[in-house]
Amino acid sequence: MKYVDEFRDPDTARILADAISGEVEPGRPYSFMEFCGGHTHALCRFGLEDLLPSSITMIHGPGCPVCVLPVGRLDMAIALVLEHPEVILCTYGDLMRVPGTGGQTLRTAKSRGGDVRMVYSPVQAVELAQKHPDREVVMFAIGFETTTPPTAAAIKAAEARGLSNFSVFCNHVLTPAAIDAIMTTGSGATGARLDGFVGPGNVSTIIGAEAYDEASEKWNKPIVISGFEPNDLLQSILMLVRQVNRGEARVENAFARAVRPGGNEAAQRLCAEVFILRNSFEWRGLGTIPGSALRLASGHERFDAERRFAMDYVSRPDHKACACASILRGEKAPRDCKVFGTACTPESPLGSCMVSPEGACSAYYLYGRHRDSAARRVAAE
Amino acid sequence: MCLALPAEILSIDGETATVDLDGARMPVSLAFLEGVAPGDFVVVHVGYALTRIEPEEARRQLSLMREGTAPGMAEGVTG
Repeated sequence: MKYVDEFRDPDTARILADAISGEVEPGRPYSFMEFCGGHTHALCRFGLEDLLPSSITMIHGPGCPVCVLPVGRLDMAIALVLEHPEVILCTYGDLMRVPGTGGQTLRTAKSRGGDVRMVYSPVQAVELAQKHPDREVVMFAIGFETTTPPTAAAIKAAEARGLSNFSVFCNHVLTPAAIDAIMTTGSGATGARLDGFVGPGNVSTIIGAEAYDEASEKWNKPIVISGFEPNDLLQSILMLVRQVNRGEARVENAFARAVRPGGNEAAQRLCAEVFILRNSFEWRGLGTIPGSALRLASGHERFDAERRFAMDYVSRPDHKACACASILRGEKAPRDCKVFGTACTPESPLGSCMVSPEGACSAYYLYGRHRDSAARRVAAE
Repeated sequence: MCLALPAEILSIDGETATVDLDGARMPVSLAFLEGVAPGDFVVVHVGYALTRIEPEEARRQLSLMREGTAPGMAEGVTG
């Protein structure tokens, strides 16, 4: 596939890995967080950590929308569809098996009679609303800035079609706020080493490379925006090593084929019209973060499912054995969780990080990193 | 969820494009993109094209990679 295969060329990967090995300074440890779950999966899938010198540690970040949604918000969606038989709840497939309180999921809600439908685009939810004027169609909207513009466009489409039976349960969250949270309460604040970030790729197509200037300057950390192919990641890590060696901390764009400095301005304008900042929002792992999420702006409040159905948020704890919260903060790796791969597997997950195709636990499980990591530790000793 | 893939635009009808996504044909909204044409590649996410892939930037990046270097490094730019 064009723009995929050529960025997976193994000879180029070796050249980049050699360049990284040549660039690291002897005796100096390097620790980088890849923010996106998509990057975590690429690192694991292509075995990239094995190509890196042992002095480089990759810490997995919170950039997985399904993972950071707290249990209480999922409980709201489950309660909505069970208590309101008129509701058709539309959701992305990733959310179906995420456990809520008491192990309930959207899938179990569906088996109990709740009308839950999987969609791949919010447009499908609008089409369902048009097709079923006697029902209330609610889009369970989650995601970072990548997924926010499509939700905004769906709301505008519902408005244009005069649909009064469509609404959105809005859980959209913001990346720069999460980077701040990592630095103030996560691995960046707990004394662990964090030398820089592999910056989000898809999010940046919308918000642009310039959106990270403030965070990079405030925390004095290099941020290199990366694509999702293996050689994209190796090149980005090379750029981070280079900045650290030079004592620099700036934003660099290694995904310039898709990311512009100012991002996608049409998408930004649409989001600014439809959404407004929430005062605060709870994230799994990162806690309650001010100004970190969106809700419907005035003028579009009639599309707000939380208003329409008087849905109230109650904070609920994770499963007590689940280490997702520490993993999302970058404090633990999946192999440090005592239920990883035993009580918690992709088939019967206890936490969101094992469910999502962007979750760190799912990546470790799918690509056998728990075995490799143990072998690498033994070899290092 | 946040995953997005490059797809080639085959045809455009108003605000909707038909794309080839790794062999699958599917409709994609161009609500956020102007000035794209059949033959262009776009990054597709939940039914929307988010950005156009710039062939010149891709070529530039590939040639730097093959030299084991990166944007800004070959030129010795220090920002």
